[in-house]
Amino acid sequence: MAFLERGARSLLLSELLSGLVLTLRYMFKRPATVNYPFERGPLSTRFRGEHALRRYPNGEERCIACKLCEAICPALAITIEAEPREDGSRRTTRYDIDMTKCIYCGYCQEACPVDAIVEGPNFEFATETHEELLYDKEKLLANGDRWEAEIAKNLALDAPYR
Amino acid sequence: MASFWTGYVWPTVVTVGEVIAVVVPLLLAIAYLTYAERKVLAFSQLRKGPNVVGPFGLLQPFADGLKLLVKETVVPSEANRVVFVIAPLLSFTLSLVAWAVIPFDAGVVVSNINVGVLYIFAISSLGVYGIILAGWASNSRYAFLGALRSAAQMVSYEVATGFVLVTVLLCAGSLNLSEIVEAQSHVWFAIPLLPMFVIFFISGLAETNRAPFDLVEGESEIVAGYFVEYSAMAFALFYLGEYGNMILMSAMTSVLFLGGWLAPFGVAPFIWVPGPIWFALKIAFVLFCFLWVRATFPRFRYDQLMRLGWKVFLPFSLIWLVLTSGVLVAAGWLPVR
Repeated sequence: MAFLERGARSLLLSELLSGLVLTLRYMFKRPATVNYPFERGPLSTRFRGEHALRRYPNGEERCIACKLCEAICPALAITIEAEPREDGSRRTTRYDIDMTKCIYCGYCQEACPVDAIVEGPNFEFATETHEELLYDKEKLLANGDRWEAEIAKNLALDAPYR
Repeated sequence: MASFWTGYVWPTVVTVGEVIAVVVPLLLAIAYLTYAERKVLAFSQLRKGPNVVGPFGLLQPFADGLKLLVKETVVPSEANRVVFVIAPLLSFTLSLVAWAVIPFDAGVVVSNINVGVLYIFAISSLGVYGIILAGWASNSRYAFLGALRSAAQMVSYEVATGFVLVTVLLCAGSLNLSEIVEAQSHVWFAIPLLPMFVIFFISGLAETNRAPFDLVEGESEIVAGYFVEYSAMAFALFYLGEYGNMILMSAMTSVLFLGGWLAPFGVAPFIWVPGPIWFALKIAFVLFCFLWVRATFPRFRYDQLMRLGWKVFLPFSLIWLVLTSGVLVAAGWLPVR
């Protein structure tokens, strides 16, 4: 009798119809779409976006040119040159990140002993040319000034887990 | 002079007017069918579909059309130029030409010929030429494979469709589409001939190369099938042709099985709605089923497609044809005209 059952099932298209009913039910569910430029999904406090060089509250830059980030960078995206400043402190003269080489692994911010280089929450930094993505120290410090509030908040929220 | 005006000019003006009255709404319907398809697919996948251009994305078809119009038509250097240009025109024209015999209401039809069904059948068989010429003229492997698949597929399913049509003709006793609709005033043929209705619908999917029988275009295997090499307006013509054929197939399904312009029940609230609106609603319903099927089923394998056409649909429709004619003769229900 098995062949009768199988025959009836294929002749009555029961499996096809149950598939159709499933699709129909989905048509009346709420779309999961996030209307991106107008609505945004949530971002983790650990989100690794555009890089930024931070400053201390008194305006002094944090980076001490230890070059740990340059050493750990698996994509060799970071280039640092340093020499002592007039006041004798050790500071970078050049801090470049090639954003087109960067793989956003976050090792640089893990390596940094002074929380100077961080990956901020910004991911909307597309440009029209390659050159614009070759960030220099000036651009990175400007990013730090622009995103400091969010970066500090994220670091504070994530601190208990570090 | 008077006979020149009344004999030639006036009929020409009337004909052109009729053609415009059919073609313009049809093109609009095609435009919004692409929109409806994207919306239906989107909603069944929990997406929103086009919603940026105009309110609810309603101007999207025009934006797409404009984009295709201003793009460059690329003709491959290896292609046969003349045939390459003719193929999309043929494909598009044939999908419009068939509308000449579709009745929109009692007596509202461009050409009320007595062999309407045969005419439609002939035109839809010719449709394969547009595709095969395109595939051949492109001089590209993908296009040629797509064209071959399409030719084999359309021919296979036309056989089964033919037998389904014959059962309907037996019940209606006429090849005139208007008379076929009139014959359904008591009961739509979809009810006594339900299995034939299902076979006709599925064959319709195969004839118009729609999912799950879209091997002709099979994006994952042969890129876009017969129109890989086409761009801009030539590409658009193929698309218009394909969607035009979908609407035509839905119209045929409505005329043959769902009672054309007739109201569902011949009683008060339903018969107040004019016939063309019922006809449009039925077409829209069948089209929704086309899109619904596309949203649900994966593509057939080629040998499964051939098996279904030749080993399932053909014997089944043949048996049903004999059965129908037997019942009609035994019960004395053969229509007399």
